[in-house]
Amino acid sequence: MTGLGQGLVRYVLQRLVQAVLVMLTVAIVAFLLFNFIGDPINSLTGPETTNEDRERLRVQLGLDRGVLVQFGHFVSRATQGEFGLSYQQARPVAELIAEKLPATLELSLLAAVAALLFGVLGGVFTALHPRSLAARTILTLSLIGLSLPTFLIGVLLILVFSVWLGWLPSFGRGETLQLGWWSTGLLSREGLRALVLPVTTLALFQLALILRLVRAEMLEVMRTDFIRFARARGLPDRIVNFRHALKNTLIPVITVTGLQLGSIIAFSVITETVFQWPGMGLMFIQAVTFGDIPVMSAYLVLVALLFVLINLTVDLLYFAVDPRVRAQMGARHGA
Amino acid sequence: MNPSTRNTFLATLIAACTLVMAGSPAPANAATLRWAGAGDVSSMDPYSRAETFLLSFTANMYEPLVRRTKELTLEPGLAIEWGQVSPTTWYFNLRPGVKFQDGTPFTADDVVFSLNRASGKGSNMLGYFSTTKAIRKVSAMRVEVDTTRADPLLPSKWGALGMMSKAWAEKHNAVNVADLTKAEEGFANRNAMGTGPFMLKERKDGERTVLVRNPNWWDTPTHNLDEVVYMPIANPATRVAALRSGSIDMIYDVPPADTEGLRRDPNLKVAEGPETRVVFIGFNQESASLPESSVRDRNPYKDRRVREAIYRSIDVAAINRAVMRGLSFPTALLVAPVINGYTKDLDQRPPMLKPAEARQLLTEAGYPNGFETGMDCPNDRYVNDEAICQAVAAMMARIGIKVDLLAQTRNKFFGKLMRKGDYTPGKTSLYLMAWSPASTYDVHNVLDSLLQTPSAVTRRGQANIGGYSNPAFDALAERIDTETDPAIRMRVIRDATRLYIEDYAYVPLHQQALVWAMRKNVTLFQPADNSFPLRWVTVR
Repeated sequence: MTGLGQGLVRYVLQRLVQAVLVMLTVAIVAFLLFNFIGDPINSLTGPETTNEDRERLRVQLGLDRGVLVQFGHFVSRATQGEFGLSYQQARPVAELIAEKLPATLELSLLAAVAALLFGVLGGVFTALHPRSLAARTILTLSLIGLSLPTFLIGVLLILVFSVWLGWLPSFGRGETLQLGWWSTGLLSREGLRALVLPVTTLALFQLALILRLVRAEMLEVMRTDFIRFARARGLPDRIVNFRHALKNTLIPVITVTGLQLGSIIAFSVITETVFQWPGMGLMFIQAVTFGDIPVMSAYLVLVALLFVLINLTVDLLYFAVDPRVRAQMGARHGA
Repeated sequence: MNPSTRNTFLATLIAACTLVMAGSPAPANAATLRWAGAGDVSSMDPYSRAETFLLSFTANMYEPLVRRTKELTLEPGLAIEWGQVSPTTWYFNLRPGVKFQDGTPFTADDVVFSLNRASGKGSNMLGYFSTTKAIRKVSAMRVEVDTTRADPLLPSKWGALGMMSKAWAEKHNAVNVADLTKAEEGFANRNAMGTGPFMLKERKDGERTVLVRNPNWWDTPTHNLDEVVYMPIANPATRVAALRSGSIDMIYDVPPADTEGLRRDPNLKVAEGPETRVVFIGFNQESASLPESSVRDRNPYKDRRVREAIYRSIDVAAINRAVMRGLSFPTALLVAPVINGYTKDLDQRPPMLKPAEARQLLTEAGYPNGFETGMDCPNDRYVNDEAICQAVAAMMARIGIKVDLLAQTRNKFFGKLMRKGDYTPGKTSLYLMAWSPASTYDVHNVLDSLLQTPSAVTRRGQANIGGYSNPAFDALAERIDTETDPAIRMRVIRDATRLYIEDYAYVPLHQQALVWAMRKNVTLFQPADNSFPLRWVTVR
């Protein structure tokens, strides 16, 4: 047992070292990319600013130094949780991110839940009634969800539900309430109305993906012997379908959903831009057009951290769930 | 789940959905204006950036000593009277009885404080103080300013500077403009205390900024607004959709491609007019050879005949028609009609040359087969900037000049072109740029920035990227800067204007059109400098 414990510690440490390496790499690549977005001084100053003032500002911000020096400076401060001041808004980046994080998390978590719920339901339904008209319609629609680009879906939804029908707001978060530092749109009618279109847009791709995955797995499982035996035992359909069949299809679904959660958060950028959703994605796009290096670097590192954490969790879950991983650790230690 | 509970569940679900979906947007309060632009106001501090949008937004809360009328001329603001005690001393007599929005009286102390703050640490308004030597309070209602030399444009320049409450700034530790290099935030970035017609009620960066009417404003309001909400909407399609669906009342940046559609919408109207900004083509006339060209041993643009051949081969009417869809005002001058010092009779473009005639000019200059040249162009700075460059390149191809166009984002573009701190030139052969003398609304700003010989000693010609240089012109421009007799000054302006036209120093193309769109119930005034003063807005 102690051998196993040491194995676990070593496993986690190994993963953590890898995580740090990944984040450093992301930071380096990000910094190299910043050379291509142009000189932020031109965003910070107007045409009236004298050349002397431009130079002074450039020196003050450290932009006159080499990329490597700037990078070292960034890393040493970032490890202390200090990301500097946004060029554009003259506010601490950490504060900006804390302010935008709730909007992004609410949007992406709701989208993930919606995608999972409707994806699984739709997948089961289309697997059980493969020949029905409804199933065929759902499958065709899911193909559209997979193939249409997100921004187009967003713009189409705005056109239909905001401009033509006037049912739902076309942009923004509606009314938000402040719970401590967390701002939420879930507690007011306007806030909920504002969530409908962006959540639909963001969820659609994942929904279609999960639906098709569940359907395929389900069709596979339904053909296996133990389902036939279960039916032979005279168990009701509901129990067979949901307790026996669905349960066995869920393992790959959970793996995929976990990994997709990271990309939902990271790729909410497009949805946030289309709906002017005041989250981190929109903040990042605005930072790119402005050349706001502190905001861009903090965002990229944060997203990398998110992916690393999700992957770490998944790895640890494997450790807990899959006996083969545990056995390997114990064996290696014993040898 | 038995059938009845399932039905109840479904019914609840549907009810919840309809609850969320039902109800069109609440009817707008008659005196609320909700408007949107592409980007946010970057700060509420009026000295944090010399940028038209920020200055015109904060001007609703902070007022200048001398303010602008609808025609961009000057009228009394917080100063009721101003003039020169001597050629190098200006006086401003302040308006009595004015109160800040917190009820404290406005006095000379606030003016001296504001001017010192705007010319002090962290401020980006230093360009407005290049001639200022000393600012002093003479009495509670009078301020005098000494300048290093005669500066007839001082009151005009300071029309962009709003006055801030000294007591308020001192109380909230906002005596200096926030310093970007320190990780601390200035109180004035998100709060405001001026004398203007509107007060800041709420500020959420990147989301919404709410202003409310100042009930104690000294002037008689010509607006009927109780509340104004500004929301940035970056995506052009979303911005237009928000206007069409009625969730906002006015948009400030109309995407060029949507103008026609918005005009046809029965619920909307479109306001358009010429902007003070003039778009032009500039030549590198400074370096011995061009950085990007097939001609290695000399610089073809140093030859006036080459510049003339290009100038007279560019068809601005075609650009107006095909690229700008009518939304431009072709010009032969580098200043717009509303600018002081515009000379109407000189605003005549020389007739177009036939391609053969232009080739003849090039042959005389020693380029019978034309040449290749690089060209720089921004692609996100001016209306249709890249498309204009492509049209110009096609027109130049007709006379045998092959253009290698590089269109890129503004930060890259200006980074490549702008002069360094010591005035050494950037790197370009041919470029498209635009200029508006928004600080003074006077022609001198254009002559100084775009046409005088660039030099770290005289500190002239800062935006003269191509390095046009003519000593006779420089002498005239210096004279215009200090001449106080309007009649003589206008004569010298005419001479200088004629000179740069005859030199084919630049190829002026057009003033771009300002396009705003709004709901039918909104009435507003659109000044040519692209500012949006809320004090001229009524909502029915």
